[in-house]
Amino acid sequence: MKPHPQQRALGEVLAGAAAGPAAAPSTVLEVRGLQVALPADADRPHAIAQLDVRIEAGRTLCIVGESGSGKSVLATTVMGLLAKGLAITSGDIALGGEPLLQAGRYVPESRLRALRGRVMGMVFQEPMTALNPVLACGEQIDELLRTHTAEGAAERKRRILQVFERVRLPDPERIFASYPHQLSGGQRQRIVIAMAIILKPRLLICDEPTTALDVTTQAEILQLIAELQAEQGSAVLFITHDMGVVAEIADEVMVMHRGTLVEHGPCEQVLRHPREDYTRMLLAAVPGMTPPPARELPGGKPLLQGQGVGKTYTRRDWLGRARHNTALQDASVAVHRGETVGVVGESGSGKSTFARCMIRLIDPTEGRIAWGEREVQSLPESRLRPLRSRVQVVFQDPNRSLNPRRTVGSSMIEGAMNFGMDRRHAQRTAEELMDRIQLPRTALQRYPHQFSGGQRQRLAIARAIACQPQVLVADEAVSALDVSVQAQILDLLRELQRDLGLGILFITHDLRVAAQLCDRVIVMSQGRIVEEGATAAVFGAPAHDYTRRLLAAAPRAELAGAAIGRTACAAAAAAI
Amino acid sequence: MNPTTPWTRLLRHGAVRGGAIVLATLALLGLLAPWLGTIDPAAMDASFINVAAGASGAVTLPDGAQVQHTFWMGSDSVGRDIWSRVLYGTRISLMVGGFTAALAVALGCTLGMLAGYFRAADAVLMRVMDGLMAIPAVLLAITLVAMLGATLPTVILAIAVPEVPRVTRLVRALVIGLRDEPFVEAARALATPDATILWRDILPNALAPLIVQGTFIAASAVLTEAILSFLGLGLPSDVPTWGNIMAEGRVLFSQAPGNVLWPALFLVPTVLAINLLGDGLRDVLDPKFSRRA
Repeated sequence: MKPHPQQRALGEVLAGAAAGPAAAPSTVLEVRGLQVALPADADRPHAIAQLDVRIEAGRTLCIVGESGSGKSVLATTVMGLLAKGLAITSGDIALGGEPLLQAGRYVPESRLRALRGRVMGMVFQEPMTALNPVLACGEQIDELLRTHTAEGAAERKRRILQVFERVRLPDPERIFASYPHQLSGGQRQRIVIAMAIILKPRLLICDEPTTALDVTTQAEILQLIAELQAEQGSAVLFITHDMGVVAEIADEVMVMHRGTLVEHGPCEQVLRHPREDYTRMLLAAVPGMTPPPARELPGGKPLLQGQGVGKTYTRRDWLGRARHNTALQDASVAVHRGETVGVVGESGSGKSTFARCMIRLIDPTEGRIAWGEREVQSLPESRLRPLRSRVQVVFQDPNRSLNPRRTVGSSMIEGAMNFGMDRRHAQRTAEELMDRIQLPRTALQRYPHQFSGGQRQRLAIARAIACQPQVLVADEAVSALDVSVQAQILDLLRELQRDLGLGILFITHDLRVAAQLCDRVIVMSQGRIVEEGATAAVFGAPAHDYTRRLLAAAPRAELAGAAIGRTACAAAAAAI
Repeated sequence: MNPTTPWTRLLRHGAVRGGAIVLATLALLGLLAPWLGTIDPAAMDASFINVAAGASGAVTLPDGAQVQHTFWMGSDSVGRDIWSRVLYGTRISLMVGGFTAALAVALGCTLGMLAGYFRAADAVLMRVMDGLMAIPAVLLAITLVAMLGATLPTVILAIAVPEVPRVTRLVRALVIGLRDEPFVEAARALATPDATILWRDILPNALAPLIVQGTFIAASAVLTEAILSFLGLGLPSDVPTWGNIMAEGRVLFSQAPGNVLWPALFLVPTVLAINLLGDGLRDVLDPKFSRRA
């Protein structure tokens, strides 16, 4: 009888622990002394400095690190797909004993090409860019089979349909003929995984494969990878920035920081008893799923209120027939002074549409929106402008929320001046805000690209605060940031709220962030509010099915709490 | 992060450097024409009709004065100096190229920003542009010159108008992309007036592809002007343009091919240099479309 995947994983963990790493005969990937140089004008000399990696068959090695740690460079180096501008200066890479890189030089490209797909497969972060948009999904995988096998057309198709079934794609025949844009994000990622595993590679490299996906989809994909691995006995090199995901899937963990290895050890040990300060900092920055105790709120009249807000997009075809698409239906919210209201939901749940309606960046088709006492849902832009200082917004992507061609100072004083402040006064306000966000005042003369992502997000917040709003709408404001930076931004928001009595409408897909920051949460799904209430109540005792599913799918709710991971790490925890 | 400024990257780029050097040389030749052994390009002397390159003698100018002059490139069938005409023609060609590009970009940019930013203006404006695009450029230019009369400003206008729809489309596409950028939405939330958003947030970010498009318009304008002149539909034939010189030399091409070849020898590098410059600018300013990236 075939062993159950989990038992098998457990067995391997125990076997590995008993035999010790030195005596492992089935090393799949071995990287020794790898050093990759960055271009001369970069902030540091090496993308990767002196790195050794070793993975055995059937094991999952997670590489964790924040952006710029060199973890993705490692993946592309192993695949031989190094980005332009990077150069390998030394190191050896061997795949199942066969050399890929010797003393800093690759074996011939033809050899690498033969290995890619067949012996090593890769799953990318963004499935849409990893797939060719003009080829049907089946065709793309067929191409791979044609290159690497000598099978006939019928046999290849049978294999493809089989692998589609294996990655649990519904209706394989239809998917075979579908184009990438006709599928959902989760389905596309399954296609990419199918492509990576169809030739049963000995090494599967996953570069942030679930970062672009919703939590429920992420949970399914992680489970799928773990199952496939147990079944094929492949080694998995899994790259992620998410400690929750690490806890779910890793056997071993390597923590990287600025191109160097910080810590390496079994999952359990690194997550529970980290040896290095940096690892401890990373772990501490991961917000927990348990909300802090409820705060005293000043209450009073709502500063921002929406009642029965809805948005329906109408598209007309060439005959003038209307097609309606309801993005948001009957959504209500009230934000009071000093209060943070969270709106959580997966992509496509309508939470961003809701936020944009509330700040009148898009016009709602129905409902009432009030900024303070003023009803604004149907005010024309010209009459809205003088009121706009009351409600300000911070967006997700700090790279794009500041005009790249203007100094941050000029962006920062713009709002205040629009609301009638003179230039000198606005300049002074901007300088005071720079103190507040802990950036030097002289930085006002710099351009956005001269700042890091976290600094830019602080600047975007300062710009919003500069026109003295009563309510701040934060649309996924920390989602694009590393956890340590995320924690700083959340602290800044809390501090501003405390000092200025800001009301915050916080849109996020990250339940852990919502749990830490929000007094109340609203859960949205498919354009509707399905549940709302005090954060502790919603997280502690979710009333709606969807909320329960969402909470259950969040990767490893508590890192420090009871082990509830599904796969090897939990098994290891039980074994130790 | 690349700390080099666009300027240093521009100066380092081979195509940009080459194109700029050739264009600068041509501009200098045009500007310094009076001091480079030329005479009045309109001066006709019946005793020097169709002389060979290098011939020299005393030429009578329109004001009656006599000067000693060498016909470095020979003379045409009415006794005008080709060298002088070609050099003075450089001024006109470069002016036509530059001003046409500036005009087409200015008009197209304005219309494109309106169409891209204000949904209400979009449908009407773009249908007009589609209509304009349906007419072949040279045909449209000929019609406009015929209607407005042939002077330098009208020729520039006539060459610029057919280019406007292409610029409009480019700008509109860029603006539609930029309109939903968070920094534009943030500016709207900060109550910034639309005109200011267009001027300060959108235009600077659309400028790079626009400059590139401008250079290509300049190159084709130089050619179109030569074509119009060659067809006898451009500037009056006494004005020294490369097209006019070639048109004049066409009749006697078999006996005196120089009259066609000399201006062509200037026209080709001019167009080539502008296109090289445009390619280089695109590589540096607009890396998304560059082949090197």
